[in-house]
Amino acid sequence: MDLCYTEDEEAFRDELRTWLKGALPNVGPPPTDHTDLEARRAYDTRWQRILYEAGYAGVHWPAEFGGRGSTPTEHLIFLEETERAGAPYVGVNFVGQLHAGPTLIAEAAPEQQRAHLAPILRGDHVWCQGFSEPGSGSDLASLTTRAFDDGDHYVVTGQKIWTSFAQVADYCELLVRTDPDVPKHRGITWLIMPMDLPGIEIRPIVTALGASEFAEMFLDEVRIPKVNRVGGHNDGWRVTMVTFAFERGTAFISEIIASQRLLADLAKVAQKVTRGSARASDDAEIRRRLGRLEAELDALWSLTKRNVSQAQRTGMVGPGGSVFKLAYADTRKRMSDLAEQILGRAGLAIGDTLDLGELDHVGERLYTLTLTIAAGTSEIQRTIVGERLLGLPKDR
Amino acid sequence: MDFELNEDQEALAEGVAALCAGRFDIGTVRAMASDGLDRGRWTELAQTGVFSLTRPEAEGGLGMGWAEAVVVFEQLGRALVPGPLAAATLTASLVGLSETATAVETSGLDPVEIGEGAAEGSIVVGALQRCGGPCFVEFAEWVDGLIISDDEGLWWVDAEWLKAADAAPAAHPLDPLTPVSAVSELPQGRRIADRSTAVVWRRCGALLTSALQLGIASGATDQAVEYAKQREQFGKPIGAFQAVKHRCADMITRVEVLRAAVYAAAVTVDGKGVDDPSRSVAVAKILASSAAAACAKDSVQVHGGMGYTWEVDAHLFLKRAWVHDLAFGDGDDYADQLARGLLSG
Repeated sequence: MDLCYTEDEEAFRDELRTWLKGALPNVGPPPTDHTDLEARRAYDTRWQRILYEAGYAGVHWPAEFGGRGSTPTEHLIFLEETERAGAPYVGVNFVGQLHAGPTLIAEAAPEQQRAHLAPILRGDHVWCQGFSEPGSGSDLASLTTRAFDDGDHYVVTGQKIWTSFAQVADYCELLVRTDPDVPKHRGITWLIMPMDLPGIEIRPIVTALGASEFAEMFLDEVRIPKVNRVGGHNDGWRVTMVTFAFERGTAFISEIIASQRLLADLAKVAQKVTRGSARASDDAEIRRRLGRLEAELDALWSLTKRNVSQAQRTGMVGPGGSVFKLAYADTRKRMSDLAEQILGRAGLAIGDTLDLGELDHVGERLYTLTLTIAAGTSEIQRTIVGERLLGLPKDR
Repeated sequence: MDFELNEDQEALAEGVAALCAGRFDIGTVRAMASDGLDRGRWTELAQTGVFSLTRPEAEGGLGMGWAEAVVVFEQLGRALVPGPLAAATLTASLVGLSETATAVETSGLDPVEIGEGAAEGSIVVGALQRCGGPCFVEFAEWVDGLIISDDEGLWWVDAEWLKAADAAPAAHPLDPLTPVSAVSELPQGRRIADRSTAVVWRRCGALLTSALQLGIASGATDQAVEYAKQREQFGKPIGAFQAVKHRCADMITRVEVLRAAVYAAAVTVDGKGVDDPSRSVAVAKILASSAAAACAKDSVQVHGGMGYTWEVDAHLFLKRAWVHDLAFGDGDDYADQLARGLLSG
């Protein structure tokens, strides 16, 4: 076991730091209006373009597909340093960079790869994800958006939900039901859907935070060329699972670093807020809770390094990813509880810190609600851990 | 960076697990409850090199790192091997802990002799932090002396003092495998090392204790999972029910987060990390305190009524977890230390 970085890894970090120092001052602050998705797209894709021109787009993508071909450890360093430097988030580029792109790399035909991978890296194309449906959340494979065979096209009708940034996306990775008469996992097909086709209607969904990057998408006889199919007819579930195997333990690195910053800021707030006759930070119980959370975030950072090391050795993380997500969501939930207690009446508005701290602890409190829901609820994660890691019997 | 066990470390873990399975199976360990510390078995344990792991090679030790020690202690914790294990390994490493670990007063046994004896198992040492009385001292009837740490250094208290002070053995120690005696007030003792050595002593003691607690958390979890696979109710194994399955998932989640923290702390103490060793150890001890007891309690719960019986081992894991929580600083102490760092940052 060795937590020191190699000379090559340190060199990669130094070079990145130097570049960030020069590049970030020209980027400017992100748009503040949560509902202006066009501005969001412009900002996020501009940053993607800057990364591309500096050779940092798709750090973890293989070099033959235009990426940098970095190791999982270098990817960790990239995510750590960009977050510490306050660089923009992956934002609207999330699906393209981290989901659709890797799927195309693993499964798409060469001409599909040529058409789509470079534009994703350049920030020219934004992708969204058309997987979930109103009736298919945790049970994704039960999806019913129907695709009928019509010569050289699929004709697709149905409804998708949680298609974040669909309003400003160019393409959608779409799962459709191509055979309703076989077991559910065997009748699904994975399609590339251009978002400018006729028959697509998008309605924004306003989140509990008041933001509108969520959307639902209604498909009415949308004609998608069969050449847009990735993998075989009825082979979509396997294609989707291949993508999940692409995870290298790096998924929550930005989150962990951001959480450490959030906790440090909360400690500052605790020193300014008076509760009764003393500052919140004079309360021994509040201090212990701060210290425990600091310890938990530190341990989660170590667990990340363990998962990344495992990925570096074996090529995959396995259920370690679910373990991480469960623990992280739990820690953030307790951070939220502590923020609530420390802020008291100073926590009754979103986005207004009353100059007590620099970060929006109230907005974060709301955001934390998603951590036990998005990308596999904590209940689903516990079932995965129980069955795949511990070998407990299935209950269905 | 490679934060996985290397081949030697894996072999070490397997070797100690095999040793524990062969010589310290749970039946043998339980039998020790009636006769306190078995000095014969203690010497046998010493002869395997367990206490000499971090003792410098020049002193006849194995000269290994704290990472290796942690790997070994995890297995000892898992097997519930009784005795002042961390104190033995620390004492045997005393000469290497700090350059200034020399005797301040040289009458009687000096630290070099105590260290040698601890490594060989011929001297059994207890360790505790100075505290106000009255309190219980572990293995007081069985040790040759105590090393008390405080802000001024390390202090040696001879077993003779314990006898003279009429340290009274408790009839029912909380952990049946950790006999304790009541002491009204700890003596000052004879100073054997300076304050900087005491800091390293506590840090490494907390690290080894965290590793024992990792073993307890992991052992309790495995036992609960095994039971959940076999025990049937309503026509199926109880582990098939989400209420039980999810509890087990929470247990292994705590174990894996703790494992990352303990290994990271050990590697950092060995100088192969990027953080401050005292901070990393604080993180490990905080998580160890909560995870070991939580996993052990969950194991009691998964075992149902049997979990509350003497016959099932679940209570032994929990009781040992509670004992370890107090050794070398408890979770609250370290949480306050980390918070103060955060508040001054």
